[in-house]
Amino acid sequence: MGEIENADGLGKVGNPVCGDVMWVYIKVKNNKIEDVKVKTFGCVAAIATSSMMTELAKGKTLEEAEKITNMDVAEALEGLPPIKMHCSNLAADALHKAIEDYRNKKKKKIIR
Amino acid sequence: MKKIIYLDNGATTMAAPEVVQVMNKYHSEKYGNASSLHRLGREASMAIDDARRTIAKSIGAKETEIIFTSGGTESNNFAIKGIAFANKGKGKHIITTKIEHDCVLNSCKWLKEEGFEVTYLNVDKEGFVNPDDLDKAIRKDTVLVTVIHGNNEIGTIQDLEKLYAICKKHNVYFHTDACQSYTKTEVSAKHADLITLNAHKIHGPKGVGVLYIKKGTKITPVAHGGGHEFSLRSGTENVPGIVGFAKAVQLAMDRKHVAYMAKLRDRLTEGLLEVPGTILNGPRGGKRLCNNVNISFKYIEGEAIGTHLDSEGICSSTGSACSSKSLEPSHVLMAIGMKPEDAHGSLRLTLSRYTTEDEIDKALEVLPNVVEKLRKISPLTRVIKRVL
Repeated sequence: MGEIENADGLGKVGNPVCGDVMWVYIKVKNNKIEDVKVKTFGCVAAIATSSMMTELAKGKTLEEAEKITNMDVAEALEGLPPIKMHCSNLAADALHKAIEDYRNKKKKKIIR
Repeated sequence: MKKIIYLDNGATTMAAPEVVQVMNKYHSEKYGNASSLHRLGREASMAIDDARRTIAKSIGAKETEIIFTSGGTESNNFAIKGIAFANKGKGKHIITTKIEHDCVLNSCKWLKEEGFEVTYLNVDKEGFVNPDDLDKAIRKDTVLVTVIHGNNEIGTIQDLEKLYAICKKHNVYFHTDACQSYTKTEVSAKHADLITLNAHKIHGPKGVGVLYIKKGTKITPVAHGGGHEFSLRSGTENVPGIVGFAKAVQLAMDRKHVAYMAKLRDRLTEGLLEVPGTILNGPRGGKRLCNNVNISFKYIEGEAIGTHLDSEGICSSTGSACSSKSLEPSHVLMAIGMKPEDAHGSLRLTLSRYTTEDEIDKALEVLPNVVEKLRKISPLTRVIKRVL
Protein backbone atom coordinates (compact mmCIF):
# COMPACT_ATOMS: atom_id res chain seq x y z
CA MET A 1 0.00 0.00 0.00
CA GLY A 2 1.21 3.50 -0.73
CA GLU A 3 2.43 5.40 -3.73
CA ILE A 4 5.43 5.31 -6.08
CA GLU A 5 7.09 8.59 -6.86
CA ASN A 6 7.78 9.11 -10.57
CA ALA A 7 5.63 6.09 -11.42
CA ASP A 8 5.63 4.96 -15.07
CA GLY A 9 1.88 4.47 -15.05
CA LEU A 10 -1.05 5.61 -12.88
CA GLY A 11 -4.54 4.10 -13.01
CA LYS A 12 -7.50 5.66 -11.20
CA VAL A 13 -10.89 4.01 -10.71
CA GLY A 14 -13.97 4.60 -8.58
CA ASN A 15 -15.56 7.70 -7.18
CA PRO A 16 -15.78 9.02 -3.63
CA VAL A 17 -19.56 9.41 -3.82
CA CYS A 18 -19.92 5.64 -4.21
CA GLY A 19 -17.40 5.01 -1.48
CA ASP A 20 -14.51 3.30 -3.26
CA VAL A 21 -11.52 4.90 -4.98
CA MET A 22 -8.29 3.18 -6.02
CA TRP A 23 -5.16 4.70 -7.48
CA VAL A 24 -2.61 2.20 -8.79
CA TYR A 25 1.01 3.18 -9.44
CA ILE A 26 3.35 0.97 -11.51
CA LYS A 27 7.05 0.96 -12.24
CA VAL A 28 7.92 -0.91 -15.42
CA LYS A 29 11.29 -2.37 -16.43
CA ASN A 30 11.97 -4.65 -19.44
CA ASN A 31 8.23 -5.00 -20.05
CA LYS A 32 7.77 -6.32 -16.51
CA ILE A 33 6.00 -4.78 -13.55
CA GLU A 34 8.96 -4.11 -11.31
CA ASP A 35 6.90 -2.49 -8.59
CA VAL A 36 3.24 -1.78 -7.99
CA LYS A 37 1.60 0.19 -5.19
CA VAL A 38 -1.93 1.27 -4.50
CA LYS A 39 -3.82 3.88 -2.48
CA THR A 40 -7.36 3.04 -1.52
CA PHE A 41 -10.36 4.90 -0.11
CA GLY A 42 -12.90 2.30 0.86
CA CYS A 43 -13.89 -0.51 3.16
CA VAL A 44 -11.65 -3.35 4.25
CA ALA A 45 -12.73 -5.46 1.28
CA ALA A 46 -11.52 -2.71 -1.03
CA ILE A 47 -8.24 -2.46 0.86
CA ALA A 48 -7.81 -6.23 0.80
CA THR A 49 -8.46 -6.53 -2.94
CA SER A 50 -6.05 -3.66 -3.62
CA SER A 51 -3.33 -5.31 -1.62
CA MET A 52 -3.91 -8.74 -3.17
CA MET A 53 -3.82 -7.26 -6.66
CA THR A 54 -0.32 -5.91 -6.02
CA GLU A 55 0.78 -9.38 -4.87
CA LEU A 56 -0.58 -10.92 -8.07
CA ALA A 57 0.83 -8.28 -10.42
CA LYS A 58 4.34 -7.81 -9.10
CA GLY A 59 7.00 -9.33 -11.39
CA LYS A 60 4.52 -10.17 -14.14
CA THR A 61 4.95 -9.06 -17.76
CA LEU A 62 2.52 -6.37 -18.89
CA GLU A 63 0.67 -8.94 -21.00
CA GLU A 64 0.33 -11.30 -18.08
CA ALA A 65 -0.78 -8.48 -15.78
CA GLU A 66 -3.44 -7.42 -18.26
CA LYS A 67 -4.96 -10.88 -17.98
CA ILE A 68 -5.49 -10.57 -14.22
CA THR A 69 -9.20 -10.13 -13.60
CA ASN A 70 -11.17 -8.82 -10.62
CA MET A 71 -12.37 -12.40 -10.24
CA ASP A 72 -8.76 -13.64 -9.96
CA VAL A 73 -8.20 -11.14 -7.15
CA ALA A 74 -11.34 -12.25 -5.33
CA GLU A 75 -10.36 -15.91 -5.76
CA ALA A 76 -6.87 -15.24 -4.40
CA LEU A 77 -8.59 -13.87 -1.30
CA GLU A 78 -10.61 -17.09 -1.16
CA GLY A 79 -13.80 -15.29 -2.03
CA LEU A 80 -15.60 -12.08 -1.12
CA PRO A 81 -19.13 -11.59 0.22
CA PRO A 82 -21.43 -11.27 -2.83
CA ILE A 83 -22.34 -7.69 -1.94
CA LYS A 84 -18.67 -6.68 -2.06
CA MET A 85 -17.99 -8.23 -5.48
CA HIS A 86 -19.19 -5.28 -7.44
CA CYS A 87 -18.25 -2.24 -5.37
CA SER A 88 -15.04 -3.20 -3.69
CA ASN A 89 -13.47 -5.38 -6.34
CA LEU A 90 -11.98 -2.84 -8.71
CA ALA A 91 -8.27 -3.46 -8.25
CA ALA A 92 -7.65 -5.31 -11.52
CA ASP A 93 -9.49 -2.57 -13.42
CA ALA A 94 -7.22 0.00 -11.80
CA LEU A 95 -4.15 -2.05 -12.71
CA HIS A 96 -5.23 -2.27 -16.36
CA LYS A 97 -5.72 1.48 -16.41
CA ALA A 98 -2.22 1.98 -15.03
CA ILE A 99 -0.81 -0.24 -17.79
CA GLU A 100 -2.82 1.67 -20.38
CA ASP A 101 -1.46 4.93 -18.97
CA TYR A 102 2.10 3.58 -19.19
CA ARG A 103 1.59 2.52 -22.84
CA ASN A 104 0.09 5.89 -23.77
CA LYS A 105 3.00 7.74 -22.22
CA LYS A 106 5.47 5.52 -24.07
CA LYS A 107 3.69 6.11 -27.40
CA LYS A 108 3.93 9.86 -26.92
CA LYS A 109 7.66 9.57 -26.29
CA ILE A 110 8.18 7.61 -29.53
CA ILE A 111 6.17 10.11 -31.56
CA ARG A 112 8.34 12.92 -30.24
CA MET B 1 -7.78 -11.80 24.01
CA LYS B 2 -8.03 -8.03 24.26
CA LYS B 3 -10.50 -6.58 26.71
CA ILE B 4 -13.58 -5.49 24.80
CA ILE B 5 -14.53 -1.83 24.87
CA TYR B 6 -18.17 -1.80 23.89
CA LEU B 7 -19.16 1.50 22.30
CA ASP B 8 -22.16 0.25 20.33
CA ASN B 9 -24.89 0.66 22.94
CA GLY B 10 -27.15 2.28 20.34
CA ALA B 11 -27.29 -1.14 18.66
CA THR B 12 -27.92 -3.05 21.86
CA THR B 13 -26.74 -3.14 25.45
CA MET B 14 -25.45 -5.67 27.92
CA ALA B 15 -28.28 -7.00 30.06
CA ALA B 16 -27.76 -5.72 33.61
CA PRO B 17 -26.79 -8.49 36.05
CA GLU B 18 -29.92 -7.75 38.13
CA VAL B 19 -32.02 -8.23 34.98
CA VAL B 20 -30.44 -11.59 34.17
CA GLN B 21 -30.90 -12.73 37.75
CA VAL B 22 -34.62 -12.00 37.88
CA MET B 23 -35.18 -13.44 34.41
CA ASN B 24 -33.53 -16.73 35.37
CA LYS B 25 -36.12 -17.21 38.05
CA TYR B 26 -38.93 -16.83 35.52
CA HIS B 27 -37.22 -19.19 33.10
CA SER B 28 -36.55 -22.07 35.44
CA GLU B 29 -38.74 -21.73 38.54
CA LYS B 30 -41.75 -19.54 37.86
CA TYR B 31 -42.17 -20.65 34.27
CA GLY B 32 -45.97 -20.81 34.14
CA ASN B 33 -48.13 -19.55 31.30
CA ALA B 34 -49.79 -16.37 32.55
CA SER B 35 -53.12 -17.58 31.16
CA SER B 36 -53.06 -20.77 33.29
CA LEU B 37 -55.26 -20.91 36.35
CA HIS B 38 -52.85 -22.84 38.59
CA ARG B 39 -50.37 -21.23 40.96
CA LEU B 40 -47.50 -21.03 38.48
CA GLY B 41 -49.83 -19.35 36.03
CA ARG B 42 -51.08 -16.91 38.66
CA GLU B 43 -47.51 -16.07 39.66
CA ALA B 44 -46.64 -15.32 36.05
CA SER B 45 -49.75 -13.23 35.61
CA MET B 46 -48.99 -11.22 38.73
CA ALA B 47 -45.41 -10.68 37.62
CA ILE B 48 -46.70 -9.24 34.34
CA ASP B 49 -49.08 -6.94 36.23
CA ASP B 50 -46.20 -5.66 38.36
CA ALA B 51 -44.04 -5.08 35.31
CA ARG B 52 -46.86 -3.27 33.55
CA ARG B 53 -47.28 -1.00 36.59
CA THR B 54 -43.57 -0.17 36.67
CA ILE B 55 -43.42 0.74 33.00
CA ALA B 56 -46.71 2.67 33.10
CA LYS B 57 -45.40 4.70 36.02
CA SER B 58 -42.13 5.47 34.22
CA ILE B 59 -43.97 7.41 31.49
CA GLY B 60 -46.96 8.60 33.50
CA ALA B 61 -49.44 6.23 31.84
CA LYS B 62 -52.24 3.98 33.05
CA GLU B 63 -51.52 0.27 33.30
CA THR B 64 -54.15 -0.59 30.70
CA GLU B 65 -52.36 1.64 28.21
CA ILE B 66 -49.20 -0.52 28.22
CA ILE B 67 -49.12 -3.32 25.63
CA PHE B 68 -46.18 -5.73 25.64
CA THR B 69 -44.76 -6.69 22.26
CA SER B 70 -41.67 -8.42 20.89
CA GLY B 71 -39.69 -5.19 20.58
CA GLY B 72 -39.30 -1.83 18.88
CA THR B 73 -39.90 -3.10 15.37
CA GLU B 74 -43.17 -4.79 16.29
CA SER B 75 -44.37 -1.80 18.32
CA ASN B 76 -43.68 0.57 15.43
CA ASN B 77 -45.38 -1.74 12.93
CA PHE B 78 -48.36 -2.14 15.27
CA ALA B 79 -48.71 1.61 15.86
CA ILE B 80 -48.46 2.60 12.21
CA LYS B 81 -50.46 -0.19 10.59
CA GLY B 82 -52.90 -0.43 13.50
CA ILE B 83 -53.78 3.26 13.31
CA ALA B 84 -53.78 3.33 9.51
CA PHE B 85 -56.23 0.45 9.18
CA ALA B 86 -58.51 1.48 12.03
CA ASN B 87 -58.89 5.01 10.71
CA LYS B 88 -58.91 4.61 6.95
CA GLY B 89 -62.53 5.76 6.97
CA LYS B 90 -61.18 9.19 7.89
CA GLY B 91 -58.38 9.21 5.35
CA LYS B 92 -55.29 7.53 3.99
CA HIS B 93 -52.54 10.04 4.63
CA ILE B 94 -49.57 9.51 6.98
CA ILE B 95 -46.81 11.93 7.91
CA THR B 96 -43.35 10.88 9.03
CA THR B 97 -39.78 12.17 8.67
CA LYS B 98 -36.75 11.36 6.56
CA ILE B 99 -34.74 10.22 9.60
CA GLU B 100 -36.87 7.39 10.94
CA HIS B 101 -35.70 3.88 11.72
CA ASP B 102 -36.11 1.42 8.84
CA CYS B 103 -39.02 -0.33 10.54
CA VAL B 104 -41.03 2.91 10.40
CA LEU B 105 -39.95 3.81 6.86
CA ASN B 106 -40.67 0.31 5.57
CA SER B 107 -44.05 0.13 7.34
CA CYS B 108 -44.95 3.39 5.59
CA LYS B 109 -43.63 2.08 2.30
CA TRP B 110 -45.78 -1.01 2.64
CA LEU B 111 -48.84 1.08 3.45
CA LYS B 112 -48.18 3.08 0.30
CA GLU B 113 -48.64 -0.13 -1.65
CA GLU B 114 -51.95 -0.53 0.19
CA GLY B 115 -53.14 2.81 -1.12
CA PHE B 116 -51.93 5.19 1.58
CA GLU B 117 -50.10 8.43 0.88
CA VAL B 118 -47.00 9.27 2.89
CA THR B 119 -45.36 12.66 3.46
CA TYR B 120 -41.74 12.64 4.62
CA LEU B 121 -40.81 15.77 6.54
CA ASN B 122 -37.37 17.27 6.03
CA VAL B 123 -35.07 17.98 8.95
CA ASP B 124 -32.50 20.73 9.45
CA LYS B 125 -28.75 20.16 9.47
CA GLU B 126 -28.83 19.00 13.09
CA GLY B 127 -31.73 16.66 12.44
CA PHE B 128 -34.60 18.67 13.92
CA VAL B 129 -38.11 18.68 12.48
CA ASN B 130 -39.54 22.17 12.09
CA PRO B 131 -42.96 22.19 13.83
CA ASP B 132 -44.26 24.66 11.22
CA ASP B 133 -43.49 22.11 8.50
CA LEU B 134 -45.61 19.58 10.36
CA ASP B 135 -48.42 22.09 10.77
CA LYS B 136 -48.45 22.73 7.04
CA ALA B 137 -48.21 19.06 6.08
CA ILE B 138 -51.31 17.95 8.01
CA ARG B 139 -54.34 17.51 5.77
CA LYS B 140 -57.98 16.67 6.32
CA ASP B 141 -57.29 13.03 5.47
CA THR B 142 -54.18 12.70 7.69
CA VAL B 143 -54.63 9.87 10.19
CA LEU B 144 -51.20 9.58 11.77
CA VAL B 145 -48.01 11.50 12.40
CA THR B 146 -45.01 9.44 13.47
CA VAL B 147 -41.70 11.04 14.47
CA ILE B 148 -38.68 9.38 16.09
CA HIS B 149 -37.93 10.87 19.53
CA GLY B 150 -34.18 10.35 19.94
CA ASN B 151 -32.52 9.60 16.63
CA ASN B 152 -30.59 6.34 16.64
CA GLU B 153 -27.79 7.58 14.40
CA ILE B 154 -27.12 11.21 15.24
CA GLY B 155 -28.81 11.50 18.63
CA THR B 156 -31.15 14.41 17.85
CA ILE B 157 -33.98 14.67 20.40
CA GLN B 158 -37.18 16.13 18.96
CA ASP B 159 -39.47 18.47 20.89
CA LEU B 160 -42.40 16.09 21.26
CA GLU B 161 -44.45 18.53 23.29
CA LYS B 162 -44.56 21.00 20.41
CA LEU B 163 -45.18 18.36 17.75
CA TYR B 164 -47.95 16.74 19.78
CA ALA B 165 -49.67 20.09 20.35
CA ILE B 166 -49.88 20.58 16.59
CA CYS B 167 -51.31 17.10 16.06
CA LYS B 168 -53.87 17.65 18.80
CA LYS B 169 -54.90 20.96 17.25
CA HIS B 170 -55.66 19.10 14.02
CA ASN B 171 -57.09 16.05 15.81
CA VAL B 172 -54.51 13.65 14.31
CA TYR B 173 -52.92 10.72 16.14
CA PHE B 174 -49.27 11.20 17.10
CA HIS B 175 -46.84 8.30 17.55
CA THR B 176 -43.20 8.44 18.56
CA ASP B 177 -40.45 5.83 18.52
CA ALA B 178 -38.69 6.36 21.84
CA CYS B 179 -36.45 3.26 21.78
CA GLN B 180 -33.24 5.28 22.04
CA SER B 181 -34.46 8.06 24.31
CA TYR B 182 -36.31 6.03 26.95
CA THR B 183 -34.66 6.50 30.38
CA LYS B 184 -32.14 8.91 28.81
CA THR B 185 -34.45 11.90 28.60
CA GLU B 186 -38.07 12.45 29.59
CA VAL B 187 -40.48 10.20 27.74
CA SER B 188 -44.01 11.08 28.78
CA ALA B 189 -47.50 9.88 27.94
CA LYS B 190 -48.41 13.57 27.96
CA HIS B 191 -46.49 14.07 24.70
CA ALA B 192 -47.94 11.42 22.37
CA ASP B 193 -50.90 9.14 21.71
CA LEU B 194 -48.67 6.16 21.05
CA ILE B 195 -45.10 5.52 22.20
CA THR B 196 -42.73 2.71 21.25
CA LEU B 197 -40.37 1.50 23.97
CA ASN B 198 -38.00 -1.41 24.10
CA ALA B 199 -35.89 -3.27 26.62
CA HIS B 200 -32.60 -4.17 24.99
CA LYS B 201 -31.43 -0.58 24.54
CA ILE B 202 -31.67 0.00 28.30
CA HIS B 203 -29.81 -3.06 29.65
CA GLY B 204 -32.90 -5.24 29.46
CA PRO B 205 -33.36 -8.40 27.37
CA LYS B 206 -33.75 -8.60 23.60
CA GLY B 207 -37.17 -9.52 22.21
CA VAL B 208 -39.39 -7.38 24.47
CA GLY B 209 -40.97 -4.03 23.79
CA VAL B 210 -43.97 -1.94 24.66
CA LEU B 211 -46.46 0.08 22.74
CA TYR B 212 -48.10 2.72 24.89
CA ILE B 213 -51.59 3.39 23.51
CA LYS B 214 -53.50 6.28 25.01
CA LYS B 215 -56.97 5.35 26.26
CA GLY B 216 -59.60 5.97 23.60
CA THR B 217 -57.22 5.57 20.65
CA LYS B 218 -58.81 3.82 17.69
CA ILE B 219 -56.37 1.06 16.71
CA THR B 220 -56.64 -2.37 15.06
CA PRO B 221 -54.60 -5.28 16.41
CA VAL B 222 -51.96 -6.69 14.09
CA ALA B 223 -51.58 -10.06 15.85
CA HIS B 224 -54.90 -11.87 16.35
CA GLY B 225 -55.23 -14.86 18.65
CA GLY B 226 -56.12 -15.76 22.20
CA GLY B 227 -56.94 -12.27 23.34
CA HIS B 228 -53.78 -11.46 25.30
CA GLU B 229 -52.83 -7.88 26.16
CA PHE B 230 -56.41 -6.57 26.28
CA SER B 231 -57.05 -8.31 22.91
CA LEU B 232 -54.65 -5.90 21.25
CA ARG B 233 -51.65 -8.20 20.92
CA SER B 234 -52.25 -11.92 21.19
CA GLY B 235 -49.57 -14.48 21.93
CA THR B 236 -48.33 -16.15 25.13
CA GLU B 237 -46.57 -13.49 27.15
CA ASN B 238 -42.79 -13.51 27.27
CA VAL B 239 -42.81 -13.50 31.06
CA PRO B 240 -39.04 -13.59 31.71
CA GLY B 241 -38.57 -10.86 29.12
CA ILE B 242 -41.33 -8.69 30.52
CA VAL B 243 -40.06 -9.07 34.09
CA GLY B 244 -36.51 -8.34 32.89
CA PHE B 245 -37.72 -5.25 31.02
CA ALA B 246 -39.38 -3.89 34.17
CA LYS B 247 -36.22 -4.55 36.18
CA ALA B 248 -34.17 -2.64 33.61
CA VAL B 249 -36.63 0.26 33.84
CA GLN B 250 -36.43 0.26 37.63
CA LEU B 251 -32.65 0.50 37.44
CA ALA B 252 -32.70 3.42 35.02
CA MET B 253 -35.95 5.37 35.38
CA ASP B 254 -34.56 7.97 37.78
CA ARG B 255 -32.09 8.91 35.00
CA LYS B 256 -29.29 9.29 37.52
CA HIS B 257 -26.74 8.02 34.98
CA VAL B 258 -27.60 10.58 32.32
CA ALA B 259 -25.20 13.30 33.50
CA TYR B 260 -22.38 10.77 33.74
CA MET B 261 -22.96 9.52 30.19
CA ALA B 262 -23.23 13.08 28.87
CA LYS B 263 -19.90 13.94 30.47
CA LEU B 264 -18.20 10.96 28.82
CA ARG B 265 -19.94 11.73 25.53
CA ASP B 266 -18.60 15.29 25.54
CA ARG B 267 -15.11 14.16 26.46
CA LEU B 268 -15.10 11.66 23.60
CA THR B 269 -16.60 14.17 21.17
CA GLU B 270 -14.14 16.95 21.96
CA GLY B 271 -11.21 14.53 21.87
CA LEU B 272 -12.18 13.22 18.45
CA LEU B 273 -12.84 16.68 17.02
CA GLU B 274 -9.19 17.47 17.71
CA VAL B 275 -8.34 15.10 14.86
CA PRO B 276 -8.14 17.26 11.70
CA GLY B 277 -10.83 16.79 9.05
CA THR B 278 -13.64 15.74 11.38
CA ILE B 279 -17.30 16.74 11.47
CA LEU B 280 -19.73 16.20 14.36
CA ASN B 281 -23.03 14.88 13.02
CA GLY B 282 -26.10 15.97 14.98
CA PRO B 283 -26.53 18.61 17.71
CA ARG B 284 -24.60 19.26 20.91
CA GLY B 285 -25.72 19.45 24.52
CA GLY B 286 -29.10 18.66 26.03
CA LYS B 287 -30.89 18.16 22.72
CA ARG B 288 -28.64 15.23 21.91
CA LEU B 289 -28.93 11.73 23.37
CA CYS B 290 -26.56 11.58 26.34
CA ASN B 291 -24.81 8.48 25.00
CA ASN B 292 -24.45 9.27 21.30
CA VAL B 293 -21.34 10.40 19.42
CA ASN B 294 -21.36 10.45 15.62
CA ILE B 295 -18.38 11.82 13.75
CA SER B 296 -17.36 11.82 10.10
CA PHE B 297 -13.68 11.40 9.34
CA LYS B 298 -12.96 12.89 5.95
CA TYR B 299 -11.11 10.96 3.21
CA ILE B 300 -11.58 7.53 4.77
CA GLU B 301 -14.36 5.01 5.01
CA GLY B 302 -16.30 4.11 8.16
CA GLU B 303 -16.42 0.36 7.78
CA ALA B 304 -12.64 0.27 7.46
CA ILE B 305 -12.36 2.36 10.64
CA GLY B 306 -14.75 0.02 12.42
CA THR B 307 -12.85 -3.09 11.34
CA HIS B 308 -9.55 -1.63 12.58
CA LEU B 309 -11.20 -0.64 15.87
CA ASP B 310 -12.62 -4.14 16.19
CA SER B 311 -9.13 -5.60 15.90
CA GLU B 312 -8.20 -3.32 18.81
CA GLY B 313 -11.16 -4.61 20.81
CA ILE B 314 -13.37 -1.55 20.30
CA CYS B 315 -16.95 -2.10 19.07
CA SER B 316 -18.50 0.70 16.99
CA SER B 317 -20.86 1.19 14.06
CA THR B 318 -21.00 3.29 10.90
CA GLY B 319 -23.42 4.97 8.53
CA SER B 320 -21.22 4.08 5.60
CA ALA B 321 -22.77 2.44 2.56
CA CYS B 322 -20.36 -0.46 2.88
CA SER B 323 -21.99 -1.52 6.11
CA SER B 324 -25.47 -1.57 4.65
CA LYS B 325 -27.08 -4.15 2.43
CA SER B 326 -28.39 -1.44 0.13
CA LEU B 327 -24.93 0.04 -0.55
CA GLU B 328 -26.44 3.45 0.07
CA PRO B 329 -24.97 5.75 2.71
CA SER B 330 -27.15 6.37 5.77
CA HIS B 331 -30.49 8.02 4.90
CA VAL B 332 -30.23 10.02 8.13
CA LEU B 333 -26.88 11.56 7.18
CA MET B 334 -28.23 12.28 3.71
CA ALA B 335 -31.28 13.96 5.24
CA ILE B 336 -29.13 16.37 7.27
CA GLY B 337 -27.47 17.42 4.02
CA MET B 338 -24.19 15.58 4.32
CA LYS B 339 -22.15 14.84 1.21
CA PRO B 340 -22.12 11.08 0.41
CA GLU B 341 -18.31 10.94 0.63
CA ASP B 342 -18.45 12.37 4.17
CA ALA B 343 -21.30 10.05 5.14
CA HIS B 344 -19.08 7.13 4.10
CA GLY B 345 -16.57 8.22 6.74
CA SER B 346 -19.06 8.34 9.61
CA LEU B 347 -18.51 6.49 12.84
CA ARG B 348 -21.06 6.09 15.61
CA LEU B 349 -19.89 5.48 19.17
CA THR B 350 -22.65 4.95 21.71
CA LEU B 351 -21.99 4.75 25.44
CA SER B 352 -23.77 3.24 28.40
CA ARG B 353 -23.75 3.74 32.13
CA TYR B 354 -21.20 0.92 32.31
CA THR B 355 -18.73 2.77 30.04
CA THR B 356 -15.70 3.97 32.00
CA GLU B 357 -13.45 7.01 31.65
CA ASP B 358 -10.54 4.67 30.99
CA GLU B 359 -12.41 3.15 28.06
CA ILE B 360 -13.04 6.58 26.58
CA ASP B 361 -9.36 7.47 27.01
CA LYS B 362 -8.36 4.22 25.33
CA ALA B 363 -10.68 4.96 22.40
CA LEU B 364 -9.19 8.44 22.14
CA GLU B 365 -5.73 6.91 22.07
CA VAL B 366 -6.52 4.27 19.43
CA LEU B 367 -8.81 6.13 17.05
CA PRO B 368 -6.48 8.90 15.84
CA ASN B 369 -3.89 6.25 14.92
CA VAL B 370 -6.43 4.24 12.96
CA VAL B 371 -7.55 7.39 11.15
CA GLU B 372 -3.97 8.33 10.31
CA LYS B 373 -3.19 4.84 9.06
CA LEU B 374 -6.21 4.81 6.74
CA ARG B 375 -5.59 8.34 5.53
CA LYS B 376 -2.05 7.37 4.63
CA ILE B 377 -3.34 4.84 2.13
CA SER B 378 -6.27 6.93 0.90
CA PRO B 379 -5.89 8.63 -2.50
CA LEU B 380 -8.28 11.36 -1.37
CA THR B 381 -6.04 12.62 1.42
CA ARG B 382 -3.40 13.87 -1.00
CA VAL B 383 -5.81 16.11 -2.80
CA ILE B 384 -7.13 17.62 0.37
CA LYS B 385 -4.00 17.80 2.51
CA ARG B 386 -3.71 21.47 1.73
CA VAL B 387 -7.04 22.11 3.43
CA LEU B 388 -6.05 20.24 6.60
